[in-house]
Amino acid sequence: MSLTPFRVPIVPELRKSTILSLISKGLRIEERDLYTPRLIKIETGVVERAEGSAQVQLGKTQVLVGVKVDVGTPFKDTPDEGVIAVNAEFVPIASPMFEPGPPDENAIELARVIDRSLRESNAVDRKSLVIIPGQKVWVVHVDIYVLNYDGNLFDASMLATMAALIDTRLPDYEELETGEIRLKEEKKTPLQINKIVTTVNIAKIGDYLIVDPNLDEETVADTKLIVAYDHEGNVVGIQKSGAGSMTREEILKAIDIGSKAARVYFKSLEEALGERLPVKIG
Amino acid sequence: MAKATDVKLIDEFGRRHDGRLPEEMRPVSMRINVLDNADGSALVEFGRTRVLAAVYGPREPVQRFMILPDRALLRVRYHMAPFSTAERKSPAPSRREIELSKVIREAFEDIILVKYFPRTAIDIFIEVLQADGGTRTAAVTAASLALANAGIPMKALVAGIAVGKIEGVLVLDVDEVEDGVGEADMPVAAAPDIGKITLFQLNGVLTREEVEKGLDMALEAIKKLVELEKQTLVEEYVTTEEV
Repeated sequence: MSLTPFRVPIVPELRKSTILSLISKGLRIEERDLYTPRLIKIETGVVERAEGSAQVQLGKTQVLVGVKVDVGTPFKDTPDEGVIAVNAEFVPIASPMFEPGPPDENAIELARVIDRSLRESNAVDRKSLVIIPGQKVWVVHVDIYVLNYDGNLFDASMLATMAALIDTRLPDYEELETGEIRLKEEKKTPLQINKIVTTVNIAKIGDYLIVDPNLDEETVADTKLIVAYDHEGNVVGIQKSGAGSMTREEILKAIDIGSKAARVYFKSLEEALGERLPVKIG
Repeated sequence: MAKATDVKLIDEFGRRHDGRLPEEMRPVSMRINVLDNADGSALVEFGRTRVLAAVYGPREPVQRFMILPDRALLRVRYHMAPFSTAERKSPAPSRREIELSKVIREAFEDIILVKYFPRTAIDIFIEVLQADGGTRTAAVTAASLALANAGIPMKALVAGIAVGKIEGVLVLDVDEVEDGVGEADMPVAAAPDIGKITLFQLNGVLTREEVEKGLDMALEAIKKLVELEKQTLVEEYVTTEEV
């Protein structure tokens, strides 16, 4: 069951006119233009226990992603593919608006949009995750942990997910005579990454479109369009998220604006990961 | 559902596995006022996909803390019947159903004139009776009709359809076989009379140009669907006794 949000912050409603008048002059609260994301900081290997991890700051939004892998059975309809499972937790330390409990519709939507963008673009080669075809495969759990919420969890989470997957090392293992897989302490095999994927969150406020909305902007926005791109420029996922609507022209303009912003995100991944980036970004 | 990799999905004449051309919808059927207790209801079929929507309200919210002082609260549940799929689906809400309930609610927040009914709730309950692809867009279409049948004021009627890409060709109204092996599935819902797109998703890989072409195919079809909705509503009301 999905309900109209009834616990919305009141302050941003009062600030809508300020935000709008700034935007109409091409300005934002943090002194950036309409189409530039906030400052990005990406760090990998932040949780030693995890097979892969990354922490991303996008302005004041902070997201931590941990990747854990274990051995499991493949899905019946894809016996020759490993499994990637994305989950998001909006833990209550991240915002006064977050309550403890199972993921709500927003957390589920976020995880599913990221999961689909990775799956449909074939970003991680799932065929390379097979240990014994039809029987044993790697199950890659991507857990998105929001640490501080200041808007645009989509882009921060996607950046952190991508960085954490690139950071991931599969454990060495041996096959026992019983058919069991025994994992060793050593971890050195990286995941086979085919594509680098990023999302770009474009908010519609009045007649304007802006990239990477902060919390105030997101709260007053009419709606948002999240567009996922691979590093070759294809669109690999879209989600309209939010109560309002968009025109045909706004949607197409948002996709074009987003493809430029995507390059900013790709560049920051390139800077953070350097030689470890598995593909060349043109 | 098993992947039908053995089925050729576009034949040498450009026809799809069920004989349709790329820009052809499945046979569509719409009926309203199908449930006695609901304030409004509709049954919509796209081929074998069959979706029932019921609207209750505006009425007092079940839980008072949810009351919004300046507008009606919308509650939407998209739910699949356990027998609607090839393999039985557990009746407990899945993550997919939770997400779809959200995007369907958001397809109506800017359409229903919620400011007319402060402190009330409007409930839209959707049951997928049989799933053969395109259930969320059929759900939006059914919900639009059920809202109109309940007499709830709306800015315009809404309808939905999905565009897919199979074997490199953009096709309208993908069914389950096509969705299972296709390269992309792009559900769209819109209110063409006021130029608003209210639901928009893409699962799959498309170029920027394909998104534009697919969106235009969907919008063209949605115009036809909204005309069919109007016809359905007119037929219902001119045959009732007060005329």
